[in-house]
Amino acid sequence: MDLIANHITHRFGELAVLDDVSFTVSAGEVVAIVGPSGCGKSTLLSILGGLLLPTSGAPELRGSPPADSLNPLTFVFQDFALLPWANVEENVEFPLLHTQLSPVQRRALVDDALRRTGLTDFRKTYPKQLSGGMRQRVGISRALAVRPAILLMDEPLSALDSQTRELLMEDFVRLLADGGMGAVYVTHNLEEAARLADRIVVLSRRPGRIREVVSVPMTRTERGDIAAREKLLALQNQIWSLIRNEAIDAEREVQHA
Amino acid sequence: MLDRAPAGPSAKDEAVRRVRFRGAGFVPASSRFGGWIALALVIAIWQAAGSTGLVNPLFLPPPSAIARAIYQLAISGALWQHLSASLLRIGVGWLLGTAAGVAVGFAIGLSRLARSVGITFISALFPIPKIALLPLLILWLGIGEEPKIATIALGVFFSTAISVYSGVDAVPRNLIRMAQSFNVPFATIVRKVVWPGALPAILAGFRITSSVALLLVVSAEMIGAQYGIGAFVLQAGNLMQTDQLLAGVVILSVFGLIVGRVINWLEIRLLHWR
Repeated sequence: MDLIANHITHRFGELAVLDDVSFTVSAGEVVAIVGPSGCGKSTLLSILGGLLLPTSGAPELRGSPPADSLNPLTFVFQDFALLPWANVEENVEFPLLHTQLSPVQRRALVDDALRRTGLTDFRKTYPKQLSGGMRQRVGISRALAVRPAILLMDEPLSALDSQTRELLMEDFVRLLADGGMGAVYVTHNLEEAARLADRIVVLSRRPGRIREVVSVPMTRTERGDIAAREKLLALQNQIWSLIRNEAIDAEREVQHA
Repeated sequence: MLDRAPAGPSAKDEAVRRVRFRGAGFVPASSRFGGWIALALVIAIWQAAGSTGLVNPLFLPPPSAIARAIYQLAISGALWQHLSASLLRIGVGWLLGTAAGVAVGFAIGLSRLARSVGITFISALFPIPKIALLPLLILWLGIGEEPKIATIALGVFFSTAISVYSGVDAVPRNLIRMAQSFNVPFATIVRKVVWPGALPAILAGFRITSSVALLLVVSAEMIGAQYGIGAFVLQAGNLMQTDQLLAGVVILSVFGLIVGRVINWLEIRLLHWR
């Protein structure tokens, strides 16, 4: 199943946020969206996931999702969005409650998702008892439980410390390694984008327009090698040179707002 | 760059002194028995003032006289007669007002139409002292229990509706968006996200409405009732039986305390995740 951003334009009242953004995320592909602060990255993701109606243009799907997918487009949120009154297991089961699945089937999906994220021993723990990294693991586990075709990740690591970010990045690389699941990954962090994405969509300053789409010239497995680090660094520098001046302008704009 | 005064003699030559602790206070923690000890102390002073004749018992009967009055009320059966009448009015009135308030509060919190209409009405009607409506309610509903119950229900309704829709408004939108992103149906979002999210505000509202109900039942019983704690207190006042009057006040206080404890227990049971 492909996800298509078809000429998406969005305004919040007088404020133009996105301007004619078009690209396609093919099945199993990981696309990162980067750009200066306030360029509409998260807005674009909300539109792609059907949580926000664009002013014009539309998000579209081409092809069918995998047969076992219960929620083809599934978000992983920056602030985790966990139910504080539900324990880990209940949070992961939450999106399955309204489905036609039997309790036994639900249990199997929850068990599998918890196992894949290393949360099996924490199933009865409440979110407030968990660290930020573990909370995000619950968010990822919940997303995996519905067998998504495409993960929509809105700066999933930005609220975490650098060590936890590194560990979770390894988890993302592992989860997306087989190409069975695609992703749209919104981030400020160019290193994350270069390590994870097959293509990087670089947006301009607000209103966000596509400045460039950069292909990462190696496979995801190759990117784990030490030899690839230089290439990835060069790629980050290339992207940074594209957005640096606009990022400075955007920061000043935020400070003067 | 910041300018600095020229350095004085080497710090190594100076005497060592400890950094003064400046972080004390602003962390009020109540001791477990402090409140009870203070209460016992006040009662003891009050009793001593009455026993030594320092205070005229007609104006302020000592605690022992009040306790005796409560005991006599209990063994005569009058206590239960008055208490049961008040409890029935409070119970029915509170339940009716709460049920309506929760329904209207949720409607205002979840529906644009209900919000536009409901908030205007609530803003206009909430400030009215509900006891002022009792004569009108007697005219509409007769002189039985109904107008008293309706007065309590009205008082409870507005506070409940306000606390419920405030609670619904306070539910983090990101949780609702999360549920929508998983295609969770509206009713399930209300049941599994909005309701538990609004529960802290709803329980806080219960604390207020239980006091409102107590206030209104006493007021209503003072205006038109033969039985009930309010009627009993008024009658005792008219007859200058201040020990009986204060016995009624103590019973009301104990009732308020019990309701507070029940709400505390509910909060511990239902909001353990906080």
